[in-house]
Amino acid sequence: MRILVTVKFTPDLQSHRSFTDGSVTRTADDGSMNELDENAVEAALQLVEAAGEGEVYALTVGGPDAVAAVRKALQLGANHAIHVSDEEIAGADVFGTAKVLAAAIRKVHEEQPLDLVITGMAALDGLTSMLPTALAADLGWSQLTLASELTVADGEATIVRHMPDAHETVAAPLPAVVSVTDEANSPRYPNFKLIMAARKAPVTQWSLADIGVDGVTVGAIAARTEVRDASPRPEKADRQVVTDTGDGGVTLANFLIEKGLA
Amino acid sequence: MSGNTVAVLVEHRDGVVAQPTLENLTLARSLGEPVAVWLGEPPSDEASATLGAYGAGAVRVVELGAAGRLPKVRAAAVGAATPDAPVVLMTSTFLNKEVATLLALETGAGVVVDASGAELADGRVETEQTVFAATWNIRTRVVSERAIVALRPNTTQATEVDGAGAATVETVVFEAPEVPERLVAVSAVEREEGVPLAEARVVVSGGRGTNGDYALVRDLADVLGGAVGATRDATDEGWISHEHMVGQTGTTVTPALYVACGISGAVHHRGGMQASGTIVAVNIDPDAPIFEIADLGIVGDLNDVLPQAIATLQEHKGA
Repeated sequence: MRILVTVKFTPDLQSHRSFTDGSVTRTADDGSMNELDENAVEAALQLVEAAGEGEVYALTVGGPDAVAAVRKALQLGANHAIHVSDEEIAGADVFGTAKVLAAAIRKVHEEQPLDLVITGMAALDGLTSMLPTALAADLGWSQLTLASELTVADGEATIVRHMPDAHETVAAPLPAVVSVTDEANSPRYPNFKLIMAARKAPVTQWSLADIGVDGVTVGAIAARTEVRDASPRPEKADRQVVTDTGDGGVTLANFLIEKGLA
Repeated sequence: MSGNTVAVLVEHRDGVVAQPTLENLTLARSLGEPVAVWLGEPPSDEASATLGAYGAGAVRVVELGAAGRLPKVRAAAVGAATPDAPVVLMTSTFLNKEVATLLALETGAGVVVDASGAELADGRVETEQTVFAATWNIRTRVVSERAIVALRPNTTQATEVDGAGAATVETVVFEAPEVPERLVAVSAVEREEGVPLAEARVVVSGGRGTNGDYALVRDLADVLGGAVGATRDATDEGWISHEHMVGQTGTTVTPALYVACGISGAVHHRGGMQASGTIVAVNIDPDAPIFEIADLGIVGDLNDVLPQAIATLQEHKGA
């Protein structure tokens, strides 16, 4: 079982973030791997452990900071780490990012075929859950998204997908791109031995040239959308916090009535 | 671009058009000529009349069976119904985000999801969104000629067009593509009465502070005509089903009123509700982060505060 997990560097959700020239400004000390990607790494490790053989690759795209994301995957137990970094990727939209990831995945797949690519369900830093779909389409592989359960047998992957109106069971032949939700499993904690080993483990560094991608097809020039303006949401005015001294419920009700909400 | 076809993908349940679709039709009127796209069994006369009343001149019907649940089949169906539409609007759901992505790969459209508004500027679509757990507002310009925008419910006030007739039903010829994915089983989730959480104008949610007893939360939701929400903690404890979870990985809600009962306000929960109109919080802990974003916070025991609030609201309703 050979599985590649895509992981994303995201800023700490509690930290201060800002936009500069239409891009998210981050600093190296306030981020790590997107929390929901931990479920993807866990799903990959469990499948390899159940199969009794195999390897897990962690792949990320991004600036120098992004290496923290694959290092975290190594700490959790991934065997190999790949970091694609190139100035020309700056400003990429979801389609550009998918193209870069797909090219790197093909390079791994051509050396020795992969069975699965697993991703998290979304990035918690404001990006969307569009990437897994775009990635599967670029690779031309089966697409099994938002898996709450994942099993692999007889050259097929089967997932259970919780939609608002129904629970669906969907199957597709390998190789497939699967995105897993935070219901799929409980990610493990890294152990001390793996943390120490991850520090020294090599991370393969690729540029766009290494994976045969022309920068103009993925970066800001190719993006179909651009951020025009970004501003922090204004603090709400007239906020009030009162302590209940016996009439808190009346206060609450009257507030709603005055606002025309009841 | 004004005067162009603006396609609106219809969300419907049991043949009834969902409220967010009426909001999107209203918005579509400001962008061009709305046409509705209906997937599934053809609409009833009543549904066509509703779509017409909110501005759809036509409703294009693609008959789809269960295979329409597969994103690739669904996206192909929407594509077949909208070859002439430079703008496609839909409701922001997990499934529609996949549909938007696949459709964009076919048409070259730019995509914005989770938008709260859209307008035309210099011949291109520009959208409003909140990001980073709803702490920032951003304005995005779709650079490409075609645009697909998925909008959050409750972000446009739905209004009817005076004297509009029913939408004309047009059947779209469609052959579902061969796809590698196959549906093995579909088991329906029993739907609760009332408005679905994602579309509700009022949401009353309970967290750890309920200790698993949702009676007061439900009663308050009832008197306010709202839907019941919950935190990840509560659904993990099994106190209430996962469909009720409000948060970035559950349902994102943007109601006019959000009442948080016994909810501390963890960042993942806030990300799913922070863009709500008015936020009211009841929590026994004065340091709960939820108070930082509440318009009104009551520091107190919800077992004292909620019954009193419910009684006062019932009295008001009866008056």
